[in-house]
Amino acid sequence: MKKDVVQKLGFSLIFLCILTTVFFLGTIIYFIFVKGAPIISWDFLTKVPRNAMTEGGVAPIIAGTFYLTLGAMIFSVPLGLACAIYICEYSPKSFIVNIIRISINNLAGVPSVVFGLFGLAVFVNFLGFGVSILSGSLTLGILALPLIISASQEALVAVPHSIREASLSLGASKWETIKRIVLPAALPGILTGVILSVGRVAGETAPILFTAAAFYKRGYPKNIFNEAMALPYHIYALMTEGAHPDKQKAVAYGCSLVLLLLVLFISGFAIILRQRQRSSYAQ
Amino acid sequence: MRKFKEFLIEKLIFICGLASIFFVILIFLFLTKEGLAVFKYVNPVDFLMGKSWYPISEPAQLGILPLIFGSLIVTLGAAIISIPIGIACAVYIAEVAPSKIKEVLKSGIELLAAIPSVVLGFIGMVTLVPWVKTVFHLPTGLTALSGSIILAFMAMPTIVSIAEDALYSVPKSYKEGAFALGATHWQTIYRVLLPAASSGIVAAVMLGIGRVIGETMAVMMITGNAAVIPQSILVPVRTLTATIAAEMGEAVVGSEHYFALFAIGIVLFIMSFIINVTADLFLHKRH
Repeated sequence: MKKDVVQKLGFSLIFLCILTTVFFLGTIIYFIFVKGAPIISWDFLTKVPRNAMTEGGVAPIIAGTFYLTLGAMIFSVPLGLACAIYICEYSPKSFIVNIIRISINNLAGVPSVVFGLFGLAVFVNFLGFGVSILSGSLTLGILALPLIISASQEALVAVPHSIREASLSLGASKWETIKRIVLPAALPGILTGVILSVGRVAGETAPILFTAAAFYKRGYPKNIFNEAMALPYHIYALMTEGAHPDKQKAVAYGCSLVLLLLVLFISGFAIILRQRQRSSYAQ
Repeated sequence: MRKFKEFLIEKLIFICGLASIFFVILIFLFLTKEGLAVFKYVNPVDFLMGKSWYPISEPAQLGILPLIFGSLIVTLGAAIISIPIGIACAVYIAEVAPSKIKEVLKSGIELLAAIPSVVLGFIGMVTLVPWVKTVFHLPTGLTALSGSIILAFMAMPTIVSIAEDALYSVPKSYKEGAFALGATHWQTIYRVLLPAASSGIVAAVMLGIGRVIGETMAVMMITGNAAVIPQSILVPVRTLTATIAAEMGEAVVGSEHYFALFAIGIVLFIMSFIINVTADLFLHKRH
């Protein structure tokens, strides 16, 4: 009898914990939607900011985030994919793979602001790219690298061994097998990983603080050596700088909603894509 | 010709494979190159143990002890909140939830992980901070406690997903054995599954804490940024990460302030390195 009471109590307790978490998530999303939705309009999304960022839209800021994210992906996807291919396809379980694995884990654990410092020291100062989209993209790219490597690795491992062997036995070389057989089969999984890391990169602020971001810049960025405004940094700046805190807070709600929708849409898409894949592997 | 191409591609991929090692080393090299220069101005003991951080006064006082304490108190608070809740959530998802709800909850946790930290910081500023101020009758709601609460939920996705994996990989026979001996589901979870999954859970907690220590934006926005050694959890504090993020914009390249911020970067890098290597050891103990 006592056992049952304890069990009921225990289960209620952990249910309470899950409710707390769900409540927290719900509150955040609710607040941003309720306060942000009235701000968002077609003009907000397509016009340039006016009157010390309190009026007009945020189009150049969205563009800045787009360029930074795109740049990061151009840099990190090929490199990360190649790294995953090396680990899964070429190297047997060796000492060097262990070292690679440890470095990937560490790279994933390095605080994002340290990536910012690194970007500042290497890309901005040492290589002389200055505070620019290029520096920011490269910094974000390194941050995204471990995410892309792990996702690609998972996708490659999930490809059955038998089809590799079938291809090799037909006389295809190792690289031909990888290019024609393994990669197409792993593509959906790799794509999911890439999309997830896009969501992560688009929302990162600390790495671009000193490598790419500007609070105010007239118009759109012209080339990769320009500074850029970016959504996450813009939210931070609106809340901590400027002379019109109340009006800026309203814009910050709008920006938060845009960023949240962007990130949730991207991640949601990836999560659904992955669930589909899982069920197709199961068949 | 074909052989040659294969050889070339293999070497190329090998070089890419080394990229992650290369970047970890490069990060460390550049951090030390810029950061160790600070020890021309201040000796390492005074740097780590100094009680005052006034980087732009004359002469500059570069003691990061208040910042270390700031990071510690926020992390400790977040750990106290997130470890029990996180493990409970993992247990619920792995053991108790019906399979439909399980999928929804897992997606929910992933969405929580996807929310950018600056958005969490912003929401913390406009909701949690005023709430903390009223509830505890404080002059300001920008306190270590506010930071801990937000950070606890940022650590949650890491803790839940890794702990859930660990619970899931406990062999089914353990559970069946416990049931066969007449244990209730709760007793099985408490006495069999949790101990069996303990090394994975420890790794989950460590990685969650690693995430908290390294978190920057949310912490900078809601902990008040006062670089003094905190006497309680209800006062403003400043963390290591927030110091770098807040001050690097103003630091002159090549000044002692600039070097000091890189030295803080080294401290953070070493902390995260230790946490990750230890967590990795725990994760592999399982196999």
